[in-house]
Amino acid sequence: MPDGSRERILARLSRGSSPEPAGEPDFAVMARRAVRPEERYASLRRAMEAVRAEFLETNEDDWAGRVRAFAEAEGIRSIAYGPGTDAAGRLESSFRGSPVRLVRYDRPIEEMKGTLFDAVDAGFTTTRGGIADTGGLILWPTPEEPRLLSLVPPVHLALLDAARIHGSFWQAMRDEGWAHRMPPNALLVSGPSKTADIEQTLAYGVHGPKRLVVVAILPRA
Amino acid sequence: MSAEPRPPDFRRASAAALADGQLRANFRRAMDGLTSKRAAQFADPVEWRDLRALGAAIRARTLVRLPEHLARLEARCRENGIAVRWAETTGEANAIVLEILRRHGATRVVKGKSMVSEEMHLNDFLERNGIESLESDLGEYIIQLDGETPSHIIMPAIHKNRGQIAKLFGRRIRDAEYTEDVDALTAIARRVLRRKFFEADAGISGVNFAVAETGTLCLVENEGNGRMSTHVPPVHIALMGIEKVVPRLEDVPPLYSLLTRSATAQPITTYFNMIGGPRGPGEKDGPREVHLVILDNGRSRMHADPALQATLRCIRCGACMNHCPVYARVGGHAYEAVYPGPIGKLVTPQTEGVDRRADLLEASSLCGACGEVCPVGIPIPELIVRLRTEAAAPGGTSAVLGRGGARHRLESLAWRVWSAVLSRPRLYRAAALAATRLGRLVPAGLPPLSAWTRFRSAPRPARRSMQELADEEGIPDA
Repeated sequence: MPDGSRERILARLSRGSSPEPAGEPDFAVMARRAVRPEERYASLRRAMEAVRAEFLETNEDDWAGRVRAFAEAEGIRSIAYGPGTDAAGRLESSFRGSPVRLVRYDRPIEEMKGTLFDAVDAGFTTTRGGIADTGGLILWPTPEEPRLLSLVPPVHLALLDAARIHGSFWQAMRDEGWAHRMPPNALLVSGPSKTADIEQTLAYGVHGPKRLVVVAILPRA
Repeated sequence: MSAEPRPPDFRRASAAALADGQLRANFRRAMDGLTSKRAAQFADPVEWRDLRALGAAIRARTLVRLPEHLARLEARCRENGIAVRWAETTGEANAIVLEILRRHGATRVVKGKSMVSEEMHLNDFLERNGIESLESDLGEYIIQLDGETPSHIIMPAIHKNRGQIAKLFGRRIRDAEYTEDVDALTAIARRVLRRKFFEADAGISGVNFAVAETGTLCLVENEGNGRMSTHVPPVHIALMGIEKVVPRLEDVPPLYSLLTRSATAQPITTYFNMIGGPRGPGEKDGPREVHLVILDNGRSRMHADPALQATLRCIRCGACMNHCPVYARVGGHAYEAVYPGPIGKLVTPQTEGVDRRADLLEASSLCGACGEVCPVGIPIPELIVRLRTEAAAPGGTSAVLGRGGARHRLESLAWRVWSAVLSRPRLYRAAALAATRLGRLVPAGLPPLSAWTRFRSAPRPARRSMQELADEEGIPDA
């Protein structure tokens, strides 16, 4: 379809002749921000706790058991998750015999909507990594781990490998070459959903999760 | 544009706002909190200087090659499966949105926050066409319930306090118990809106940054309503002004950092949502269709002028209004415009005409605070002066809409006389003599001088001029 508006807008914008500003933008200030590797987990945790994220510290072998113990202690009755990942396999074996029900998010949202909105207490996802300087988890949802798992259920349980925390957001996208491989949806999540729209008073759990629980896999000492 | 009952008038509207003690208290508290929290975010002056220079450079360079970047954005979005449409006017943009919604038989729409949609008066338009368009950002939801428009671009309901919101909820939401507890009020909105997300046929959002390199639409938010609106319904329509594009993905982190720290003094928001396309093969959720509407609405006119082009650098953080002594006192509604405060004084006269909105250009003390805090270095005070000059220009043409339309004959005559007197020494001495000896006799309470003396005491001329005093002291003429 010919788009006359497009042509007219672009033609108007092409008529202007502003001089090109001298010099390339200088990103040195972004490089300076990156947190050193040994301080990254502590920095991320500090920043995210300031916006009410919770942390379960564990290790590669025990994390699934930690999640089960946490869910049972907190009275979480059901957890939606994406089957098919390694983490999902670990979760399934750990929750055998638990009163907490694991709910497979394995069908299109059109069939899962009621379950996701009204019938699960938590959603479990893995993460791609974290951001040290400001705090934040990096999520790239996949066909196995759909987009809404981290948004609709009232509690979000997020598995973070502390070895995959980047110095900064800028560093993360550069080191991993995001510009050449952006997925249909990529996210940073730094805490439970919040608002300050009423008298600038902070209130948590407005539309998305009321709690964000980071399950942090730390290297063995 | 629909016919308005009366033209906007800042003088009248601000007088009404100043008389409202509650409104003034609500704004004062909010602005004081925001300015001090922002200052703490940029406590390191070197980091602020360098980051701001980087942000300004990215935005300025983007604008110089805007058509190239827009064309690339369009191509990349299409490769990603995002449908792209262009609109010269808000009317055209509304028609595009309506056509998409009709094609899907959509009657219930949830919206994330979008200032472009405010420009379009989209909610009214959709309601008139039988489509429910519900704001889901808590602040926007509150003002929509009360039939109002935003009074701040980041905190749209900042003019209301909790008591006013409690009464509003009690009146407008079924089964809402009266409470002034902020958590309880938030929970009421959550209950209503989660149902709406569940039921919506389509979601509409704005765009904070659109990345040309990757065809990615970035959305900045804390509440999760933006993610809900863009990911739960089967259709997502994103609205952006032509200036929202950035060339490279790498440009996003510095601008995002400047935005959240300037706007709400947060190092990062709860969610940074990067949308790169509709539901992919095998994916179980995400919208089946993503549409991007790119709107001009007067922006290409700003782009045509090398100086005024800087208006388009704006990343909509609201810091200029938070720091504006005028905005802090009168609030956002007095501007009777989509964009209030200092940045609004640039945007509104350029889109509606400097003749029609000359009142906004005068509503500045040129104190410079807005220019100092702007995270992308827009020289707001200088551009206000430039637009004042355009408004009073003696004929000729330029890219500025309404140029010369605010020129007053009496005022330009006064300036001609002033210029004549100051360039002729004898005339100047005679005038100075007259002013010092007879100045007190001038009736300051009558027009035209009353325009000044209505709110200020009339200046009393000295009995002798500086020149006379200098002559007495024997100081030679330069």
